[in-house]
Amino acid sequence: MSVLLPLEVRGAMVRHRGKVLIGPVDLTLAGDGLSIVIGPNGAGKTSLLKMLHGIQRLSRGELSWACGLEEARRRQAFVFQTPVMLRRTVLENLIYPLRIAGMTRAQARPPAHDWCARIGLEAAATRPATMLSGGERQKLALARALIAGPDLLFLDEPCASLDGRATREIEAILLAAAAKGTRIVMSTHDMGQARRLADEVLFILNGQVHERVGAEGFFAGPGTAEARAFLKGDIID
Amino acid sequence: MSEIGEGFLHAFRLIVGLDPELVEIALRSLFVTLTALLIASVIALPMAALLAVRRFPFRRVTIATLNALMGLPPVVVGLLVYILLSRGGPLGVLGLLFTPAGMIIAQVIIIVPLVASIAHQSLRDLWAEYHDLLISMNTTQGQRIATLLWDGRRALLTASLAGFGRGIGEVGAIMIVGGNIDHVTRVLTTAIALETGKGNLALALGLGFVLIALAISVNLAIHWLSRTERGGRW
Repeated sequence: MSVLLPLEVRGAMVRHRGKVLIGPVDLTLAGDGLSIVIGPNGAGKTSLLKMLHGIQRLSRGELSWACGLEEARRRQAFVFQTPVMLRRTVLENLIYPLRIAGMTRAQARPPAHDWCARIGLEAAATRPATMLSGGERQKLALARALIAGPDLLFLDEPCASLDGRATREIEAILLAAAAKGTRIVMSTHDMGQARRLADEVLFILNGQVHERVGAEGFFAGPGTAEARAFLKGDIID
Repeated sequence: MSEIGEGFLHAFRLIVGLDPELVEIALRSLFVTLTALLIASVIALPMAALLAVRRFPFRRVTIATLNALMGLPPVVVGLLVYILLSRGGPLGVLGLLFTPAGMIIAQVIIIVPLVASIAHQSLRDLWAEYHDLLISMNTTQGQRIATLLWDGRRALLTASLAGFGRGIGEVGAIMIVGGNIDHVTRVLTTAIALETGKGNLALALGLGFVLIALAISVNLAIHWLSRTERGGRW
């Protein structure tokens, strides 16, 4: 059981230049599994993830973790839609978060090599990470996020613009991490992926959590007209 | 023969003959500028990284001032350092006036804003790229600065080389602070100024060619040592 969760979110809101990006949001994030965040473009999916992770500062409201804030920050990770590669080798990208966590280089090398092999980049270990393909970059970003064993992982559309094979590999890594107890919150536009992975669905609309239900229930019959329209592929505001 | 041709010939003779005076002056030029560059880089590079990652009051004013100081007139710097180091000045007791150490101080003041400004521009772009990732990884400010300095090292090398170029070709400040004393503070640029004043244009030109060759050699050597042009590396 994670010492990080539950996360209690009360009246949380993020504004930017007077415009509300997300909120007010009230939710509790607990337990295991994989939550999928869906919604139309500009609904606030990325802002919600960044707000929960703490990259985006709250304009109002509060987030409270089961542990202290400093420990909460250490126990979570984020994978961005466009993976940011450190200008280092593949192996050094994997060593980096472990060094940040306080390991020596000698301690960090074995798990870094292990993850390199797990994501199929063993042969590319000494290559600059910026020279990898899009799919390889995203796998490396995911491995870099998981290598320190976070309790909670946020992913912002990690498979956007990836081909089927890369998407399948990413999903396999995610499912393995979820099976080991990492709580995952991920946004996606791909409804097929949402159906494959989700334990629960958060439907975001106009910066609010419009509907939050179990995945089976949501895909069998959403509770709101907007969610039904979204699933049908209609354009909604 | 034209003066330029004679200059080439002089430079060739001085280099091939390993003229002892030329070697002494060239080594002193290198010593003063490389020492000043090392000190300036130790000050300017972390300063540039700090300016990139940290938000504080008057940050924009600080950056604008630093950019403006890139054009600091060396003669004015030389004059200020001269006043500081002269016997009646606040640092007069150190006895650094008309010594290579005094020349190094003047060059550090000239080089720091240039290296810091160029480095800041590179690190600012790198920070924009890394910002969310490093925040997300819960890095400390020290770790962010160290990461930027390491990952941006190629661009920082260029900034330092610009500082070297400014230092090695500088004459106004070191002439005032060093005094162009033979066998003590004479460097290539002050020797060129002296020979030009005496009317020895061919010798002055020859020393000029040696200076250019030295600057290019140091740049090439640093690029080669850091392997900046090798494919697949940074």
